[in-house]
Amino acid sequence: MRVLLSLAVVAVLAAGIVTVLRDVPFGGNSSRLGSHFVENGREDTGAANIVTSVVLGYRGFDTLGEVTVLFVAAVGLGALLVAGEKNAPRKLEKASMVLTTGSRFLFPLILLFGAYIFIHGHLTPGGGFQGGAIIASGYLLVYLGSRDRRLGKNWAASIETGGGLTFVLLGLAGLTAAGHWFLSNFLPLGVPGQLLSAGIIPIIYVAIGLKVGVELTGVIDSLMGGTE
Amino acid sequence: MTFLNEYAFYIGAFGLILIGLLTILLRHHLIKLIIGLSIMETGINLFLIAIGYISRGTAPIFPVDGGAGTVMVDPVPQALVLTAIVIGVAVLAMALGMAIRLHGHYGTLDMRRIKELKW
Repeated sequence: MRVLLSLAVVAVLAAGIVTVLRDVPFGGNSSRLGSHFVENGREDTGAANIVTSVVLGYRGFDTLGEVTVLFVAAVGLGALLVAGEKNAPRKLEKASMVLTTGSRFLFPLILLFGAYIFIHGHLTPGGGFQGGAIIASGYLLVYLGSRDRRLGKNWAASIETGGGLTFVLLGLAGLTAAGHWFLSNFLPLGVPGQLLSAGIIPIIYVAIGLKVGVELTGVIDSLMGGTE
Repeated sequence: MTFLNEYAFYIGAFGLILIGLLTILLRHHLIKLIIGLSIMETGINLFLIAIGYISRGTAPIFPVDGGAGTVMVDPVPQALVLTAIVIGVAVLAMALGMAIRLHGHYGTLDMRRIKELKW
């Protein structure tokens, strides 16, 4: 009964989707907003990567909200899991030397790659969120492999606070210095395509990258809690 | 062939969404429900990216030499999906945290044994 009902719901949904999408051709996007961003994004924000110019240039305030959501989720997960019962630490077997040495060797390279991704966020595919995820994956590797490189609580808290504060303070500085709006670009735009271009966008992306990396590491830490 | 060219991405995206929905409706294990949620989210992201595609367009990133005259796909859905992925990670983390707590409380992740949560 339940299976039949579920299948019926899905079939009705599929029929609705088919009737709607039959008239939407693939590849025939004609959004004027998108073409406006592609034509003017490079001159307006100085970023060669138009997705970055949308995320941090045109919709910077929205990205601040996004960072806040991630922060709240990380804090909420910590509260959810730490406030609960302390489960007894499980006995864990030590990993083999190959795994331990390999993860220790790869860890700094992964951090370097993550930093590259978020520093070049305005020039190449990537950005703060992606670079932060790569940094967190480095910490995940170490947690699974050797468990000897942990991010100290104080370091984590100060990097997280610093990242968020940088974002908000740059926004307020744009409000006062340029006198336009929150997060308006008050630094020189430079030549699009060079590393030092796009004004405040690289600074914000470095802040976001560090913050997201620390937050996702915190999420991994909470989810793997008790595996000391 | 034109049918596949025009609709392959839509079929893939909505296939993923419907598979995820079926998983959520039919499975009883909490982790599998969360996996279904994740599959649905992937389908929605794929659909948003597909709808922003412009025929023979490239990624909306200007090369150093200017890149004049190249057709670029719509950057707005890509920026939205970037946001959606981050929010998805946040939701996934919270869901897994609650699953851990539920397992600690009930000793099981079977939704039929956790009372009054599943039809």
